[in-house]
Amino acid sequence: MSATTSPRRPEGTLGRPAEADVRPGAADGATKPPPRMIRLHAVSAEDVLVPAAAAVAAIALVWYPYENVLPFSGVLGFWVCWYIAFLVLYCGVTGVRAGRRAMVDRGIAAATTTAGIFVLAVILEQVGYVALRGWAAVKHLNFFTQTMVAAGPLQPLTVGGIVHALVGSLEQLGLATAFSVPLGITAALFLAEIGGPRAQPVRVIVTAMTALPEIVAGLFIYTMVIITLGLHYCGFAASLALTVMMLPIVTRGAEVILRLVPNNLREASYALGGSHRRTVWYVVLPTARAGLTTVSILGMARAVGETAPLLFTAGFTNEMNANPFSGPQSGLPILIWDFIRKNPTQTMIERGFGAGLALMIMVLILFSAARLLGGKAPGEMTRRQRRRLARDAAVAGPAPNPPSPPAGQEAQWQGAGL
Amino acid sequence: MNDIGDARSVSSAPDSPTMVRVLDRPRPIKSPSSPGDKVFHGVLNAGGFLVLVITGLIATFLILKAAGVLHQIGWRFLTNFQWILNGNKIGVGAVLIDGVIIATIALAIAIPVALALAIFISEYAPGGLRRVMIALVDLMAAIPSILYGLWGFFFLMPRVIGVGRWISDHLGFIPFLKVPYTTFIPGQFENSTLLAASVVSLMIIPIVASISRQVFSQAPVNEREAAYALGSTRWGMIRTVVLPYGRGGVIGAAMLGFGRAMGETVVIAIIISPVFTIVTHIPESGGNSIAALIANFASESSPEMLSALIAAGLVLFVVTLIVNALAGIIVARSRSGMEDTD
Repeated sequence: MSATTSPRRPEGTLGRPAEADVRPGAADGATKPPPRMIRLHAVSAEDVLVPAAAAVAAIALVWYPYENVLPFSGVLGFWVCWYIAFLVLYCGVTGVRAGRRAMVDRGIAAATTTAGIFVLAVILEQVGYVALRGWAAVKHLNFFTQTMVAAGPLQPLTVGGIVHALVGSLEQLGLATAFSVPLGITAALFLAEIGGPRAQPVRVIVTAMTALPEIVAGLFIYTMVIITLGLHYCGFAASLALTVMMLPIVTRGAEVILRLVPNNLREASYALGGSHRRTVWYVVLPTARAGLTTVSILGMARAVGETAPLLFTAGFTNEMNANPFSGPQSGLPILIWDFIRKNPTQTMIERGFGAGLALMIMVLILFSAARLLGGKAPGEMTRRQRRRLARDAAVAGPAPNPPSPPAGQEAQWQGAGL
Repeated sequence: MNDIGDARSVSSAPDSPTMVRVLDRPRPIKSPSSPGDKVFHGVLNAGGFLVLVITGLIATFLILKAAGVLHQIGWRFLTNFQWILNGNKIGVGAVLIDGVIIATIALAIAIPVALALAIFISEYAPGGLRRVMIALVDLMAAIPSILYGLWGFFFLMPRVIGVGRWISDHLGFIPFLKVPYTTFIPGQFENSTLLAASVVSLMIIPIVASISRQVFSQAPVNEREAAYALGSTRWGMIRTVVLPYGRGGVIGAAMLGFGRAMGETVVIAIIISPVFTIVTHIPESGGNSIAALIANFASESSPEMLSALIAAGLVLFVVTLIVNALAGIIVARSRSGMEDTD
């Protein structure tokens, strides 16, 4: 979201005294060869060879004792032992060659890198496993064109599909987005633009609500909409529950984005006589547009996968129900939940994984869209926007006194130039 | 706020000598809002207020609907261990504690990994890899919990039976890791608290890691350079500058992760086989949490049961709200929570 890149020290400028030793020598005269450029971020042969050698040595060390001497068995245990042996060997070699402080430094570097690799592996594992198991169901086209009306738990995968849940998920997501994004951005504007002591409790509550248990959101909508207001299970109630989940995420993210809008843009607008309302509408919001879009889409990606809010609100049906305001309407998560719990036959589990793959693809699409649109600083323009600006400037010709900016575009351009 | 907006009022001052003296005094700064601005501010205030109202409504409705059971049973709802409707025996005592056990184990697994990950991303990873890793951690947080549940149940569960047995056999001297068994039955290690907690830990790693990373990357660059100038290694710099700077943020992040783990529903409901006693042997099958309990009984809708479920939900809501609000305050108060405060 807020991709605050840390201002970092270029590596190797201060930590290596060798650089300082070279320069005075170069000043002596023309007889000496010019000083060799020191490459920053250079990776020496030792940096690569020592870990590689430690890895190989660890395999050699663990290979025989494991299973034969040590009280272990299994693949997982082997790699755990290998990793421990690797760390010991790597730290040991570094310690012998470069001393204790370097040993601790390299050891920590290796451990944190492992955490990075671990997370990478978990994500690949998750996506890969669901894709692998889900493929059996997804490869039949009827999976995306039929409902489950005619398909029982024992029927093969060539009958039945999840189109009703796809429709339900999309409708519930659309309604939840329509409710939560405007409200969330308004609340974020309240926090960022008005602020003051009154905003503090709202901020604390919003932060607390980002971790509101999903099931409580479902229970709340159930007690309010279904028990008190007398509605029945329907997609609308589900979308309200999703709204309760999405709202704090959007509010919190949007506030962070709005705070990144440079204050001099606001001041420029005020200096030109703009009211607060017009400043927000024509300067702040257009400048933060990319970020706000990203936040909204990330909220959608989060909401589309929520299961627990739907348990008490959406109901479950095998039929197509395109009307979110009446009758139960299945969504993808609730369908998976039902498939793997009610009649967990082999085909139903395959179908559950197929629906999981569809859900995963939806999340990935939303997530990639958020990444493509976002990742830019406020006011940073796309290539298309820059082209349009250049074209407009060429048409208008050099104007000595440009008119006061009527829209955010102008202010945005000034912001980008600063 | 918009005191700059009324700079135009200066130009309207008539330039007579008497007025010059008047202008010498500091002009009281107040911003006369236009009617449009008043409406605008009203809308924004209403938006902020509405968030408070929704939170209040959640509490109100849960209290109203839970009142039946709570009035009948009173505080014993928190201490009763059983989940039997008849005879005032119903309560969340054991389930609440089991949920706390799961969340604690999950946090114990997640914090070291998340911290290492945050340090790797903010300090060790080169620029391109850093952006990729940030995106991946965000993606990990966005993977639906039902998919974690599927993965944990169908992929992980058959593979960790051996691990559970090994832990029980070789680490059994620690009391809560021991599973008493005479003949080995795989089912005894299947739906365990430990497995559920491991999968939940994978879900809270991205939350803790992402907040910690943001805090770490805000550590002041001049202090970093000072540490390097004193001859520190990179880890020395991290230990003396980055970690102390980010302490408050990390504590807050861990508490947010704890709140999330307490509220995690689907994964626990899918993996664990529910029990209503306090779990004492974590690699052994059986466990529970309030959220999983509610999800498991979702289809049984007799009014009394529903009221009891809502009361359980209320307990969960209060617990997570307290934990999360404390976390939010800690993050905001810490020196590092610059994003969160003015």
